[in-house]
Amino acid sequence: MELFNLAIRSIFIDNMVFAYFLGMCSFLAVSKRVSTALGLGAAVIFVLTITVPLNWLLNEFILKEGALAFLGASFASIDLTFLRFIMFIAIIAAMVQLVEMVVEKFAPALYGALGIFLPLIAVNCAILGGSLFMAQRDYTLAEATVYGFGSGTGFFLAIVALAAIREKLKYSNVPNGLKGLGITMLLTGLMGIAFMSFMGIDL
Amino acid sequence: MSTEVAEKEAAVKESEALLSKRRKKLITDPLVDDNPITIQVLGICSALAVTTQMQPTLVMALSVIFVMVMSNLSISLLRNKIPTRVRIIVQLAVVASLVTLVNEVLKAFAYDMYKELSVFVGLIITNCIVMGRLEAYALGNKPYDSILDGFGSALGYSWIILTVAFFRELWGSGSLFGIPIFDGISSLFGPDFQLATNGLMVSPVGAFIILGLLIWVQRSKTGYVEH
Repeated sequence: MELFNLAIRSIFIDNMVFAYFLGMCSFLAVSKRVSTALGLGAAVIFVLTITVPLNWLLNEFILKEGALAFLGASFASIDLTFLRFIMFIAIIAAMVQLVEMVVEKFAPALYGALGIFLPLIAVNCAILGGSLFMAQRDYTLAEATVYGFGSGTGFFLAIVALAAIREKLKYSNVPNGLKGLGITMLLTGLMGIAFMSFMGIDL
Repeated sequence: MSTEVAEKEAAVKESEALLSKRRKKLITDPLVDDNPITIQVLGICSALAVTTQMQPTLVMALSVIFVMVMSNLSISLLRNKIPTRVRIIVQLAVVASLVTLVNEVLKAFAYDMYKELSVFVGLIITNCIVMGRLEAYALGNKPYDSILDGFGSALGYSWIILTVAFFRELWGSGSLFGIPIFDGISSLFGPDFQLATNGLMVSPVGAFIILGLLIWVQRSKTGYVEH
């Protein structure tokens, strides 16, 4: 039940896009058509669900203060927390590469759909943000997995919804200066208000 | 818009003694005509969350300026040594090391600020402006020009987030840099008068709307139209 609650929280209330502004670059750039938005959203769910638990293991057994104690008593006082950024980003970049290769080999159809989005994702703030929040909030392994999946789903929902609105928006007469990025920011703000109505929901 | 003018003047003044016209353009172009946020749509990711108050925004802006100048310099120095195939990883490693440096300095000398900015300092790594400038400029240009380019882009980014923070803090909390402004104005009109703050400005929604309007104003001025 705790885990289910966490999933709901990370999808709706602590939504990556509307509450923390994470992944905005790709959110704005790849939301012109619903089909591409679906592809990117799915790739984000996929990569977040893999990298957050993986970075949890890395953090728990190597980086945390005293995490190296299993190597012997003299290692117990080592604190490698300052290496967090560089290790997390390395794991993410490596995982994205690996996932890309595996998917290409074993699921060509899926690769066709996700392919071009996977490399983009290595530098998506939502992915690194997911891992950093996980480390900051001291999740357990199960919680980390659920959190990764949940925040990926939140991003998926947000980008698909925005793409759907922007497809309709093509037929509207938007003032010149507001075309493109401007109106998209205002739309995101309005969608954020809608998502705020989930606030306070506790299962 | 006062920050814009002030920063532009500062940038021009500094460059006049030192630099040619072309190099001056490297700094001034990203401020208005080619602004990384409002025109190129880069780097919105990590910054908006810190703009509820002026102070953390200023720290964030300074961190980004430092990271961009130093990473542009390092990559530019290494540009002939980096094999094209692994350049993204090299760039990430350089940027991540610099960000770690910023993070450790903040942790040591400004712990409150470190707590407040939390993960968002780390997210400078994935700030698209940093990677974008490394890819587009530093990989193909000399170190000194690259420094100027990084500085200009970071300034263009800084004045936008500072402007957003100015409006969000003023309307959301009624203060600037933590100094209460609304209370002072209210007290001039007698004890029953109180200027109301808008809670929406403190929430993320306020940032989206302020930035959207800022983009509108800025693009109307420059006449840039997106198709």
